[in-house]
Amino acid sequence: MFDNLTLRLEKVFRFLKGQGKLNEQNIKEALREVRLALLEADVNYGVVKNFISRVRERALGQEVMASLTPGQQVIKIVHEELIELLGGSAVPLNLSAPSPAVIMIVGLQGSGKTTTAAKLALKLKKEKRSPYLVPADIYRPAAIKQLRILAEQAGVSFYEASTHQKPEDIVKKALDHAKTIKSDTVIVDTAGRLHIDEELMEELVRLKSILSPAEILLVADAMTGQEAVKISQEFHEKLGLTGVVLSKLDGDARGGAALSIRAVTGCPIKLVGTGEKLDDLETFHPDRMSSRILGMGDVLTVIEKAQEAINEEDAERLVKKLQDDTFTLEDFRDQLRQIKKLGSLEQILSMLPGMGMLKELKNMQVDTKELVKVEAIINSMTKEERRNPSILNASRKRRIARGSGTTVQDINRLLKGYEQARKMMKQITGTTKRKAKKGKKKRKKRAFFPF
Amino acid sequence: MIRFFKRQDKAVETNNGGLLKKLGSGLQKTRDHFTSRITRLFSTDGKLDEDFFEELEEILITSDVGVAATKHLVDRLSDEARRQGISDAEALMNILQREIIDILEVPAEDLDIARHKPFVILVIGINGVGKTTNIAKMAYMWKQEGRNPLIVAADTFRAAAIEQLTMWGERINVPVIRQKAGADPSAVVFDALDAAMAREHDVVLIDTAGRMHTRTNLMEELKKVNRVISRKIPGAPHETFLVLDATTGQNAISQVRLFREGVDITGLVLAKMDGTAKGGIIIGICHEFQIPVRFIGVGEGLEDLRPFDAGEFAKALFEDFA
Repeated sequence: MFDNLTLRLEKVFRFLKGQGKLNEQNIKEALREVRLALLEADVNYGVVKNFISRVRERALGQEVMASLTPGQQVIKIVHEELIELLGGSAVPLNLSAPSPAVIMIVGLQGSGKTTTAAKLALKLKKEKRSPYLVPADIYRPAAIKQLRILAEQAGVSFYEASTHQKPEDIVKKALDHAKTIKSDTVIVDTAGRLHIDEELMEELVRLKSILSPAEILLVADAMTGQEAVKISQEFHEKLGLTGVVLSKLDGDARGGAALSIRAVTGCPIKLVGTGEKLDDLETFHPDRMSSRILGMGDVLTVIEKAQEAINEEDAERLVKKLQDDTFTLEDFRDQLRQIKKLGSLEQILSMLPGMGMLKELKNMQVDTKELVKVEAIINSMTKEERRNPSILNASRKRRIARGSGTTVQDINRLLKGYEQARKMMKQITGTTKRKAKKGKKKRKKRAFFPF
Repeated sequence: MIRFFKRQDKAVETNNGGLLKKLGSGLQKTRDHFTSRITRLFSTDGKLDEDFFEELEEILITSDVGVAATKHLVDRLSDEARRQGISDAEALMNILQREIIDILEVPAEDLDIARHKPFVILVIGINGVGKTTNIAKMAYMWKQEGRNPLIVAADTFRAAAIEQLTMWGERINVPVIRQKAGADPSAVVFDALDAAMAREHDVVLIDTAGRMHTRTNLMEELKKVNRVISRKIPGAPHETFLVLDATTGQNAISQVRLFREGVDITGLVLAKMDGTAKGGIIIGICHEFQIPVRFIGVGEGLEDLRPFDAGEFAKALFEDFA
């Protein structure tokens, strides 16, 4: 997501680290690069100006000059200032209002409101709330239907509105109805509008007074340019936003909008949309994002994702198997399934430290289809073959290839991968065996990359 | 229906009456920002110094012109100033305007849909830029000119995309070829082209799924659609329009770059120019890729689509000053 920005900053930092001593000249040079990188990432001009002058001031001060590793020190300053710019620490949604708590979703056309509303509903459902999706967009053709389809996919209740109703009437009725179906969270998807469209902005103000929402979230496209600031300011002035959702961060947007919006409106970024699937909505962590931007990786999120997808018992069983060297193709398949649950591999890879420099890896593109193939192959084996792949001869392989719709070459490739994975894991477990429990999580993580 | 025709009449009137005026009003916000600041800059004390160029840089960048194109413009301008010994800002202003027109005027063949029958236009772009709406606007425009357009709903991915397009089709009375959600887009296109030839439509507009340009398999799907079209009708698609959102920042450049790897983009449609977006991004894009801008969307009405004219665009931008 922030790849381009990351790559450029990493170059600057490499330059800084290479300098034995820092002086005004090379700091200035480095900061000019940082400035260009930020501007190219669509960070607001004024925000960049302030940011650079703050960093420069600190970089030229005592804390750097007196330090033994001045380059590192400057990076630390940039890191800290970035966190500051992004808003310090994560701000969770505040839904402590009396039930039903109302969340209003607002934004420009095409910013991703409807999808975000559905993603949010699914997220809250997972958090054991009972969300209720309400479409208040009567203008865009088929907007209501889009939300209905997404609500079905997410498995949450949906208010059946019609385009003949006024948005005000829709939300009034929906609010009443929410009480009868005992929903505790009402999510209202409003129509996309230009921030300078007085009439439609007034409609939002009216909806706000009817709903008295606990949260008013502005959905902002991560690809927005210098306009991001003006748009969020306008919405904030009219409505008093409580937070921002940054959408479409899965493209290669450099996310400059994220840096500007928070800095200018003071509204925290609460959530980020990271993909097309309904569960691709994450809490926004300024510190982690800052690390990610600077190419320091975001291991915390990887670990959290892993913990979500993998249950402890399975993991322990696996470790045991590895130690006893009874890791079979069946276990291999289980692992692959877990990987699939983790989401896209690229997403995970991008969160690991230093990956910014390895962007050539991008062309590698771990294909999830490949995983499906592997699963099919293993499913087509007999139990015995899975436990003891060494009995696989040419005729068995041909049978499996037919059964799984693959080729013998595919099977050979899989067996090779499995063999390598086994060897690799044996090494890992071999060395950490004695550290027993503490190292377990680490081992788990390493074991995800058998390829 | 009667009311509908009335609206059409009005639209035709605006067409004849004041195209420039309409473009002007749609661009009002753009101009307000861009021009007034530049005007102020150029007319303050007329002195050209370091500060002057730095502020010019700021204005261009905050208008999303982009770092590379801004640098190009500022360098050119300061070179010219030195070479010709220009010291007053107003003269420089004219040069700036000419430079911008130079960049925006990409040599290209006129968009003449009578060249082929059916004239096939593939419309691509990422999620939410306004592909569907702009397809409806284009179909409406050609319908008004007495053509017989056909719309193809090949976005089978996004929830309710087909319904959205169908509703537009009903509104403007243009047939929409569609299949079920989740159908293979290439198959939809294949059938649609058969239908277009059988029913003798003269222009076919194909709506594709809004895809993040970084999703490889979706890009592959797009390439396949493209292949299917050219197999069915050699030489087609005759135009491939990339729709861009005027509020998008520098990412638009990377959108163009990546889509270009998959298909041959022959024109741009700049949507949502009625906001406060400064649209400077097209200067950056034309500077880097030399792809002509074909249309700009200046409002939410069906008739709010204008053929792009670099001279007019720049004139509207600098109207206050000239």
